[in-house]
Amino acid sequence: MSTLEVSPAESLPEQSSHPVVNDFSIQVATVNGSGSQTANTVLMRSIFQMGVPVSGKNMFPSNIAGLPTWFTIRASKKGYIGRRKEIDILVAMNPETAREDVLKLDTGAVVIYDEPLKLNELRSDLHFFPVPFDKLVAPVCPEAKLRKLVRNMIYDGVVAQLLSIEMDEIHTALVKQFGKKKAKAAELNWGACKAGYEFAQKSFAQRVPYRVERMNATTGKIIIDGNAACALGCMFAGVTVVTWYPITPSSSLVESLIGYMRRFRHDPETGKATYAIVQAEDELASIGMALGGGWAGARSMTATAGPGISLMSEFIGLGYYAEIPVVVFDVERVGPSTGLPTRTQQGDVLTTAILSHGDTKHPMFFPCSPEECFTMAHEAFDFAEKFQTPVFVMTDLDLGMNNWMADAFAYPEKPIARGKVLDAEDLKRLGGFARYKDVDGDGVGYRTLPGTNHPAASYFTRGSGHNERAAYTEREDDYINNMDRLAHKFEVMRQHIPEPVVTIAPNAKIGFVAFGTSDYAVRESCDQLREEYGIEASYLRLKGYPFTQHLRDFITHHDRVYVVDQNRDAQLLGLMRLDFEPELVARLRSLRYYGGLPLDARTVTDEIVRQEGK
Amino acid sequence: MSTTVTPPPKKVNHIGLEVLQYKGSKTTLCAGCGHNSISERIVECFYDLGVNPYTVAKFSGIGCSSKSPAYFLGLSHGFNGVHGRMPAIATGAILANRTLMGLGVTGDGDTASIGIGQFMHLVRRNIPMIYVIENNGVYGLTKGQFSATADLGSTLKTGIANDLPPFDCCALALKWGATFVARSFSGDKKQLQAIVKTAIAHRGLSVIDVISPCVTFNDHMGSTKSYSYMKDHEEALQELDFVPYFEDISVDIPEGEVSDVRMHDGSHLRIRKLARDFDVNDRFKALQALEESEAKGEVLTGVLYLNTDKPTFTDLLNLADEPLTTLPESKVRPPKSVLDAVMEELR
Repeated sequence: MSTLEVSPAESLPEQSSHPVVNDFSIQVATVNGSGSQTANTVLMRSIFQMGVPVSGKNMFPSNIAGLPTWFTIRASKKGYIGRRKEIDILVAMNPETAREDVLKLDTGAVVIYDEPLKLNELRSDLHFFPVPFDKLVAPVCPEAKLRKLVRNMIYDGVVAQLLSIEMDEIHTALVKQFGKKKAKAAELNWGACKAGYEFAQKSFAQRVPYRVERMNATTGKIIIDGNAACALGCMFAGVTVVTWYPITPSSSLVESLIGYMRRFRHDPETGKATYAIVQAEDELASIGMALGGGWAGARSMTATAGPGISLMSEFIGLGYYAEIPVVVFDVERVGPSTGLPTRTQQGDVLTTAILSHGDTKHPMFFPCSPEECFTMAHEAFDFAEKFQTPVFVMTDLDLGMNNWMADAFAYPEKPIARGKVLDAEDLKRLGGFARYKDVDGDGVGYRTLPGTNHPAASYFTRGSGHNERAAYTEREDDYINNMDRLAHKFEVMRQHIPEPVVTIAPNAKIGFVAFGTSDYAVRESCDQLREEYGIEASYLRLKGYPFTQHLRDFITHHDRVYVVDQNRDAQLLGLMRLDFEPELVARLRSLRYYGGLPLDARTVTDEIVRQEGK
Repeated sequence: MSTTVTPPPKKVNHIGLEVLQYKGSKTTLCAGCGHNSISERIVECFYDLGVNPYTVAKFSGIGCSSKSPAYFLGLSHGFNGVHGRMPAIATGAILANRTLMGLGVTGDGDTASIGIGQFMHLVRRNIPMIYVIENNGVYGLTKGQFSATADLGSTLKTGIANDLPPFDCCALALKWGATFVARSFSGDKKQLQAIVKTAIAHRGLSVIDVISPCVTFNDHMGSTKSYSYMKDHEEALQELDFVPYFEDISVDIPEGEVSDVRMHDGSHLRIRKLARDFDVNDRFKALQALEESEAKGEVLTGVLYLNTDKPTFTDLLNLADEPLTTLPESKVRPPKSVLDAVMEELR
């Protein structure tokens, strides 16, 4: 454990008189379906409300009730909100995993546990705090069948007391969690929380070596999951057709969107919806409907995960070739096949970049935070309509389903951009148009929408060979011209895709290239490498694909560039290999993690140290 | 195009368009293909009823049938999608712009084989559109394999017999929610005209299964989808007459023999019963009639079911009256105050 000066002795080290302030991680081990999510959210939120940067990671099974679940809360005064591997405080509520959870801890860790589990017998180098949960819950929750759900709130009280979390903040978080409609439930849970607090106060003379102290690093910030952030982005992007098929971890994106649209996207005068949301029969239908909507002129989207991406493959080829705008959110999970549906990975990047048969290429956006989920959602719609093509917003389970501390979202500054669409007035002026003619030199033709009241408006959309005027063709020159124009359009996208965030460390010989949620681990690792090993590392975080000149320059400026992938096969590195000449590829190294948990800084640091031979 | 009449006076419909303006490019299908007759009926019906071609969106999947939207309504937008998935594309487009008149043309392979799932969900949603199945029981474009509507025991040109029972697309449509269900024969000009016109006037999903012989691969002795088989086995339920809303309906109707269904737009479908007692409002009887005729080796044609009351999917979604596609930014991007309020909830 890095934050405590401990020797690897078997006995408990002397406790420092200076507790570690605002820098620790708590792991709560429970059974899913036991109401622990509420207790965990309240605990996380109360620390947030005390102004301390915090993050929460839910490691849950693909199951509804009865299997082990772990929730990790990390408080970091320095603002590191990536996953931290090392656990300082374990709350052991699940008899099934308690033994293994305790044996995995580093010396000096704190264990709060259900007294009958007798975990204190397992090791002598940990701080043990037994709590008789059943005894404490009975008096505060007379109704026996509710006790299973209320019981978890007791550990919030115990943890609050041991870590000096203010009970007022716990109460505020609790009330927020339950809302006004469930005041009774909030009251019941508050009773359990107080019982835990009072028990800890009375029973534990020994202090833990960690403490929460008030800061002001969270002022104005919000807590939100990436899926809800994407949903808000879509609503403010003016999305009008939403199609989906339920799949973890993307379902909550559309479910959040449904919630927001019902509240804010009905015409105040007529009560009618300014959108259509359809739960399709499968992902083939959801992407088909989204493309139909995009073709007709709607701002159209769907959300899915890896298995859905595989199913959508054929339709995406049609979208590419017939040039139809649509936005696809891919909240990635662990593949292949069904894989680990509730664990995180960046496993679809390579597939998605060239999804579908034949020569296809698709732009991708890589948000790394809720703020970027929000902004990139509406940028993606503009991009899709500007370039008349499917656009993928690649997030992952970690970003999509976990709660993140974020800056409040800024209202979009630019008006909605609908791309090159000719209406009847335009046609009257122009006399006609050729759907796939590159008039402006950017590879993007002009389109008309069905329903346009002009004799020159119609054209025939097809996935078969077509010429500039959208007529069927099998001619060699027509085919090649069209494919070359599509390739040119993709080149033009490089000038418009979000630019990467580049941090050049002075005198750095090595650099990182990463995207999405790897950002947190990589940034923290850069600090670890400097502070612990004296290694300076530059960092380029990609925000989109196709790659831009910045990436080429970055590789050129460093001896070795570590490409961070949360997948086995170094998919991002693979994409870079397709783009760059051998001299640049020779500088690339791969840094991969694919165990299904959010990437942590220590894993990155250790791997760099190993590969750099330090 | 000219919407003003110039001498010498050409024949125009009631919105001032000539029949030529309802045609498409020249067909590339085989001479004598049933699909070509269906294209002709579509041209006639849309012309006769004066449908504004700019408001029509044509959809198709993959196959010979799905090529045909290029051969009619050239002034309408068309979308030739992927195999078996036209219903999804049409659904999305119609939700995006509910003022479009959707016209889907598909085949038996496209609908009953690869696309059976999407077809059933289209039916279940009662998407307001016309869905024509050009049914020849065979894959033409891949040179003559059985589709899922091929009858048990019918043979390929090679003599190979089909040993699986067929899907009856009308029975499926009846069972799961289509609000206008009819079967016709590409060779029965008058009946098909009346059915297509009724579909144009109908508000809801119209499923029209048209037996449309494939002259190249399935018009032989062992086929049950050939011209000669249809001539011998077609059993028409009714004699149909469609009277558009802009024509006079005051013709005497003999009591008891003829019934009249009023469509949403004020048009009328006049139904003269033939051999059997049949009520187009009775879904169960229609299913029963299909079962009975199948057992007798008949191909029952005519209007099987017509329900003008059931809400469509766009009704159920409570969609705005104007197309979603062209709503102004003020209607689709909530104001800053909404974002501020949501942010406050998340603090």
